[in-house]
Amino acid sequence: MSDLRYTKDHEWVRIEGDTVTVGITPYAQEQLGDVVYVELPEVGRKVEQGKEMAVVESVKAASEVYAPVSGEVLEVNTVLSDAPATVNEDAQGKGWFVKLKVTDSKQLDGLLDEAAYKALSDGH
Amino acid sequence: MDPITESLSRTPLHDLHVELGAKMVPFAGYEMPVNYPAGILTEHLHCRAAAGLFDVSHMGQVRLQAESHAAVAGALERLCPADFVGLQPGRQRYSFFTDTQGGILDDLMVSRLVDDRRGDHLFMVVNAACKVQDLSHLRANLNHRCEITELADRALLALQGPLAGAVMARLAPESAAMTFMTAGHLRIGGIECIATRSGYTGEDGFEISVAADQATELARLLLAQEEVKPIGLGARDSLRLEAGLCLYGNDITAATTPVEADLSWAIAKRRREQGGFPGAGQLQRQWQEGTARKRVGILPEGKAPARAHTEIADSSGQVIGEITSGGFGPSVNGPIAMGYVATTQAAAGTSVQLLVRGKALPAKVVALPFVPHRYRRG
Repeated sequence: MSDLRYTKDHEWVRIEGDTVTVGITPYAQEQLGDVVYVELPEVGRKVEQGKEMAVVESVKAASEVYAPVSGEVLEVNTVLSDAPATVNEDAQGKGWFVKLKVTDSKQLDGLLDEAAYKALSDGH
Repeated sequence: MDPITESLSRTPLHDLHVELGAKMVPFAGYEMPVNYPAGILTEHLHCRAAAGLFDVSHMGQVRLQAESHAAVAGALERLCPADFVGLQPGRQRYSFFTDTQGGILDDLMVSRLVDDRRGDHLFMVVNAACKVQDLSHLRANLNHRCEITELADRALLALQGPLAGAVMARLAPESAAMTFMTAGHLRIGGIECIATRSGYTGEDGFEISVAADQATELARLLLAQEEVKPIGLGARDSLRLEAGLCLYGNDITAATTPVEADLSWAIAKRRREQGGFPGAGQLQRQWQEGTARKRVGILPEGKAPARAHTEIADSSGQVIGEITSGGFGPSVNGPIAMGYVATTQAAAGTSVQLLVRGKALPAKVVALPFVPHRYRRG
């Protein structure tokens, strides 16, 4: 059973054993507007929690997507190259960005649960 | 109330934007709609397919008048390198204020109107971000030569797109006779307006000045036409960038001359030769000797947009220029940009590199516009 968590930077994190799938939340895609380009990391790259992992661009501006936990990039969503609008259409499903192998599972405990994330995004 | 929005001005259409679900953002000291629920991409594409209505009331509107057309036009020619003396009634020209170095202080549109109430006068539209300085500039230089009236009680709407003409012809039949860059008084649904057939999208369309207290009524009338949808400033920017049109503050500034900016076409031959405007000597030198840099279109070859301030390098990695406007063009379905490069590298087809997030992305210098203009000529 997958476990869905969130970050304060509006990323969702689906935990599946020692790997996670990461994307931006429906709230984030709504704030961004139409996504026109996504820059994804190379498979094999090591990412550090809180540091830039990907870039998502709307018509008006580029936004950074941060690694929610430290790990190694296992897979990236190549669909987004030709169909960046998938992020708007299905942010929490087909619009996923990256799958990571988690190096420090303790970092998963620090992620927000659904209630905490909802409180955060409702407060905006 | 949020302290930031407390000091922002509102246009007469503010409440309408909120009613339509606009996302409001600060722009040039005003709360403006960046997009409506449809979103920037949809709004942009709708404008090029049908007709879009923009609120541009934040821009400055000014009336200039003197004892005769020759007098007011001659006065304005002291500040702008255009032929205003030769401007016929009902016609409009694009120009700019230059400074003593030949740099551009603001770009603007000037129309000559003759009507029963006011007589023969000039009607000017200037950028929102510059309107305070522009009024000061006019007053400091021309106060004793002409009457300068800021039309602060008027709104400005733009109706743009291939079906804008049909909409206007239905509501104001006299508009059908107007061609690109003409101006006149129209009654639209019974509402008195000053209209010009021009705009900032590359499409056919009109800019419509109306009394502030009739602006909402006019906007609702236009939005009730089935071709028309509301469009925000986000799509206004992507439309004008595709059309190769400059944004003051980005593509043209006091640090760029009209010659460098490839806007010499807006300077009449008589003015080139005779000068009589600030910076004329500098521009004459540039026409004589050429300029070190030139404004060009830049087309990234990949999918990544390159935004303002991105460095442009030649194929050896040497920096040769900078992007001044860049983003995504919905009608070309890819990234587009405008910037300045060394004149030696400015030929269309020249390969360049764009330094984006530490990577050198391939691009080409291209001629502007990215989308052909579809103005309604005679």
